[in-house]
Parts: sequence; structure tokens; C-alpha cells
Amino acid sequence: MDVSMQRNKTIIASDSVAQSQQKTIASIVERYAHQAGALLPILHQIQAVYSYIPKQAVPIIAAGLRQTNAEIHGVISFYHFFRDSPSGRYVLQVCRAEACQAQGGRDLEAHIKTVLAIDYQQNTPDKQFTLEPVYCLGNCACGPSIRVDNKIIGRVDAARFDALVTQLTSQVAEVS
Amino acid sequence: MTIKLYIPQDTTALSLDADRIAQRFEEQIQQRVSDRMTLPGDADIEVVRNGSRGMFWLEPLVEIDTPQGRVGYGCVTLDDVDTLLEEGILAGEYGHRLCVGLVEELDYFKRQQRLIFARAGLDDPLSLTAYRRQAGFDGLAAALAQTPQQLVDAVKASGLRGRGGAAFPTGIKWQTVLDAESTVQPAQKYIVCNADEGDSGTFADRLVMEADPYMLIEGMIIAGLAVGANQGYIYLRQEYPEAYRILSEAINRAQGEGILGDNILGSGRAFHLQLRLGAGAYICGEETSLLESLEGKRALVRAKPPLPAIVGLFGQPTVVNNVLTLATIPYIFAHGAQAYADYGMGRSRGSLPFQLAGNIKRGGVVELAFGASLDELLFDFGGGSASGLTLRTVQVGGPLGAYMPRQQWSTVLDYEAFAEVGAVLGHGGIVAFDETVDMAQQARFAMEFCVVESCGKCTPCRIGSTRGVEVIDKITVGNNPEYNWQLLDDLCDTLEAASLCAMGGMTPNPVRSAMQYYPADFTRSATTAVEDEQHA
Repeated sequence: MDVSMQRNKTIIASDSVAQSQQKTIASIVERYAHQAGALLPILHQIQAVYSYIPKQAVPIIAAGLRQTNAEIHGVISFYHFFRDSPSGRYVLQVCRAEACQAQGGRDLEAHIKTVLAIDYQQNTPDKQFTLEPVYCLGNCACGPSIRVDNKIIGRVDAARFDALVTQLTSQVAEVS
Repeated sequence: MTIKLYIPQDTTALSLDADRIAQRFEEQIQQRVSDRMTLPGDADIEVVRNGSRGMFWLEPLVEIDTPQGRVGYGCVTLDDVDTLLEEGILAGEYGHRLCVGLVEELDYFKRQQRLIFARAGLDDPLSLTAYRRQAGFDGLAAALAQTPQQLVDAVKASGLRGRGGAAFPTGIKWQTVLDAESTVQPAQKYIVCNADEGDSGTFADRLVMEADPYMLIEGMIIAGLAVGANQGYIYLRQEYPEAYRILSEAINRAQGEGILGDNILGSGRAFHLQLRLGAGAYICGEETSLLESLEGKRALVRAKPPLPAIVGLFGQPTVVNNVLTLATIPYIFAHGAQAYADYGMGRSRGSLPFQLAGNIKRGGVVELAFGASLDELLFDFGGGSASGLTLRTVQVGGPLGAYMPRQQWSTVLDYEAFAEVGAVLGHGGIVAFDETVDMAQQARFAMEFCVVESCGKCTPCRIGSTRGVEVIDKITVGNNPEYNWQLLDDLCDTLEAASLCAMGGMTPNPVRSAMQYYPADFTRSATTAVEDEQHA
């Protein structure tokens, strides 16, 4: 197979991915559009499916809600929670707020950045982790706290964090 | 006979491995049943996933029914399950080293005045049967027999003030909404529950939603009856996945049983409720910003007036109340407004669930009538610092609250008493710090937090906070410190006086209190500063 054929194949493949994505997004918009103030529920649903809000979602949502692309983009960019690029396999949020600081949160934060060798809003090169700051997980009597996807973990220290990373990455190895 | 073994399912217990502990108990109990080992008499064992009692320092707190009452085992780990079973937890024997005795006899628990949290942790939070057994819907039943004006009058008489932090009288807010005219046909008003509990050191809202969700639903229905609103929204922060799971299911079940919907408890009255998720913006705790977000917009703060009570969600009259405020309503109608007003002091009536957090030995929810002191909370309940070092400061009322030095810890827990010393009681969150804290860094963080979370609508908050971080950095590296100290003070004046909402307006609280009480921290390393204070 020559190079140009390979390239064609890739383009066709990504076209059909884009089409199926478009379909999914359109059906999400349709499902919520009748609700008053539907935009946040729509964005949550899209991010739940794709781990981020794909660029092509903007015009689809805008059309469905009879708003402009700029309005939709404005909302996506306002909220810390919505991402415009895919997350890693695990989204790891580290609490930066005062109650966790009082329990060694600042040291833990530094440790986590060193271990993963990334800063906030970045993915590890192997795409396993996305690191994000969070301001309070409501677990303030048992801090420092972190969140891995929908699981909150309390009383985290460097050793406990390292063990968690080992556990999560070995799970990945088993799956793949 | 069935013996119940309770393992909480709230965020804190889960964050300390409660799920795996529960699973292990179930497996081991099953094993023992099939091996016919040490089960007391011919009892069946039922594992109940209850809500937490809010004594978070003991989580995961495993409890077992005994003839004397519920016996607790604190800070249980996965490795303890086997020894607990071997040492007779199922027989209610006291021997194990983790045993804390009768849970309701613990000083920490017994000394509280639990009005709102009376049910928390008793049972499966999603069980409607359990809720009804514990006086659930008594308030709603009483409210259904009253006119809207009677309902509003009762809330006024209770003295209840908004628990989100601003402490505005709830009855007056409700009266405004009751009297306001909707501008659409058919008339539409809304009840919005502010469950965007973003303040660090606060978790009482979360505990309501995770341990007693029907109480909140009941409070919202009564609010709807009082002001003539048939639609409610709970705006919940997305940082609370467990609260989301539990509340969603509670709303489903309440709809299924005709508690929510077109015919509340067969009364012919309607109330519909939707749960909406926030998206990580602290500013949405501000009520007008929250309404913008619910409408699907950028959460920019609205200028007031008009008040949300008159022009609120989608332009219609709207009650926006905090979770704790709405959760207090069922008590007021089940027991009477006077019963609630009998607690408290001065203009602060009733109880406030204080939240002990940060570097504190016994952190958790402590519900008390207004009038106790910070000292009592920090030492009698909290037991001092978790680290064993001396406590140096506490931040009360969230990230926009002042840092309070030791000499202020005798302050009485009352909205007005706190205002007098330049502090805020707010939502009742108390974050303790030991002597290793660097107060210049805490002041810097307050400004940094405002940079991250400002909605950007007004200049003092948006730009002032960025300048604040820079000026504090200059002071701490010794760059023209006297001049920059004055500049920081001026900047705080501007933020306080010219910001549109409390985000910019109150960010100076932590900064100024750090400047006032811990000035040495800004000019030298924290350790030296502490030594200086001790020598002074």
C-alpha cells in the first residue's frame, strides 16, 4: 500500500468518526433542548461522553438552542470544568483550598506535580493522567483530598499517592 | 431477629475506603453464616449503608445494633474487618481496640443540639420508610393545611436567617416573593436551592444531601407552597459526585411515591424538582451568578436591584436559599416556629451546624445553638490540632472570611458578635491551622483564589486581585515593603468599596486580618515570625 492510499484511508476514517460524533452530539442537544436553561446539562452530557467538548459541538449546540457560536463558546470557556481537548484516562484533581493546605496540601501538590512531571491542565505524555486543581471537595475534616474521576480520596500523603498511581497504572497494563 | 451493621456511604467515609470495607464485611459474614461460626443466637445480619453522623474524625465509623443502643468502631480499615468479626462485633462485644462505645453517648455527639442533623447517619438516606419513621414529612403535612401567608409568617416567627452566609431573614425574602407578581402567563415563580457549597472548610450542605436528602426536598416543597412556586431547582456543584448520586435517586423515589409532582401527598398541589450540576465555578455560590448559570449563561454576577426575589430565574420571582436554610424548614413546621426560635441568642435564632476542618484532631459537623464560643468548638469538640502543634489561627466563614488569632477565640458564635470583631460567621465553616502556617502565603492565596474565581465583570475584583498577588510578592521579597504595605491596604479599600459582589468585596477579609495580626510573616520566614510572637 503506498503512502497516499494510507493517507486517504486515515482521512476517511476520521471523517466517519467526525460524522458519528456529530450524530451523537446532535442527539444529546435534541434530548435536552426543550428544557429551560439547557446549555449546562448539554455540555455535561457531551463531556461525559468524550471527556471534553469537541470544537464541532459548538455550531450544533448553537443551532439547537438558537444561540450564536460565540455565546456557546463563551459559556464553555467560562467554566473551569469544561475542557476543549481530550483528558487522559484518569482525571486527577488536587484540592488547593485552605483546609487541605492546613493539612499539608501544598507539599502534596508539589509532590504530585513532581511524580507526574506535569503541571495543572496538562496530560501525562502517556495520556494516563490529566492533572487539574480543584477548590474544595467538601472533605475538609480528612484532608488533604484528591479526586480521581468520581472517587474522592481523603488523608492523602506522598506515600499513599504513590501507591495509588502504581495501582491505577497497573490496572491499565492489565486492560491493555 | 435481624441485627443491623451500619457502614456509612457519605463522601468522607468513602474517601477512607468504606466501600471495600462494606464489601469485606458482607463476604466475611456470608462465610461465617455458611461455616456456622460465632453469629449471636440465630440472628440475621443486615449490612446497612447509612449516611454519616458527621463525626468525620471517626470515619469510617462502623456501628452495630445492641440491646443498649448502637455501638461504634472508629477509623476502621480493611485490615480490621477480620479481627472485628473475631472479637465479637456481631455479638455487640466491646473488646476491640477500635470500639468507641455507645455512639450516641459520645461527648462529641451528646453535647450537640441536633435539630437539622437529628436524622443524619441513623439509616439508609434513600429509604423513604426510614425517613417517615423518623418524623419525615410531618412538617410538610402540617404545611399543607396552612395558607401561604401563614407559612411565611411562621418562617418569620422562627427567626431563621439565610445559612449561606449573608444571614438575611428568610421570612422576609419569602414574603417578597409571595407578594411579587409573575410577568408571564400562566404565572411562574421558582424555588432555587443553592447547593454550590464552594467554601473550603464547609461540608454541612453535603452532609444534608448525602445523609438526609428528603429533608431538603421537603423543605423545598414547603417553600414552594409558601410563595406559590411549583418549580424548583437544586444547583449542585459538580465537585460532589456522591451528593449527586444520592440526590438524583432521592428525587426519583420522591416522584415515584407522589411526594413530588402534580399531586403532593394527594393534596392536589404541585411541585416539580430538577437537579442541575454546576461546572467548577466558585462564583456560582453568589445567587445572581447562580441564576445566570441555571439559565445556561456565563455566570456573570448581576447588579442588584432588582432583587432575585422580584426578578429572578428567567426573570420571574425566585426564592434562592442555601441547602441548610431549606433543610431547616421541615423542623420549623414539624415542631413549631417557637420551638426553633427558643434556641440561640440575640438576633441569631436556632442552631448552626458548625464545621470543624483543617488541622484539627476531631473534625466534623457540630450542630449547636448560637451562643457557644470558638474556644469550645476548637478544644472541647475539636480537641486542638491534629498535628499536636499549637493552633495559631482559624479562618471562619470560608475563603472570604477573616483569619482570627487566639485572642479572638473567646468570641461568641453569633452573627453580630463576629461582625463586631471584623470577622464573619458565614456558613459556619472553621478551618484550623497550626503554628507552621505562613500567613503571608495565606494572604497571597486569598488574592490568588480571587484571580482564579472572579467572574470578571467588575474591575476591582478582576484586576485588583492580580495586583494584590503582585504586591504581596513584592512585600515578601523585601521590595520597598513599607510603600507596598500601604498600597496593599489601599487596594483592599478599593476591592471592599467598589466590587459588585462579595467575591471582590470580601477578599480583603483574609488579607487584612493576616496583615493586622500576623505582620511579621510578611517580612521574614514563618518560623522566625512564630518565635517572635512567642517572645513578645
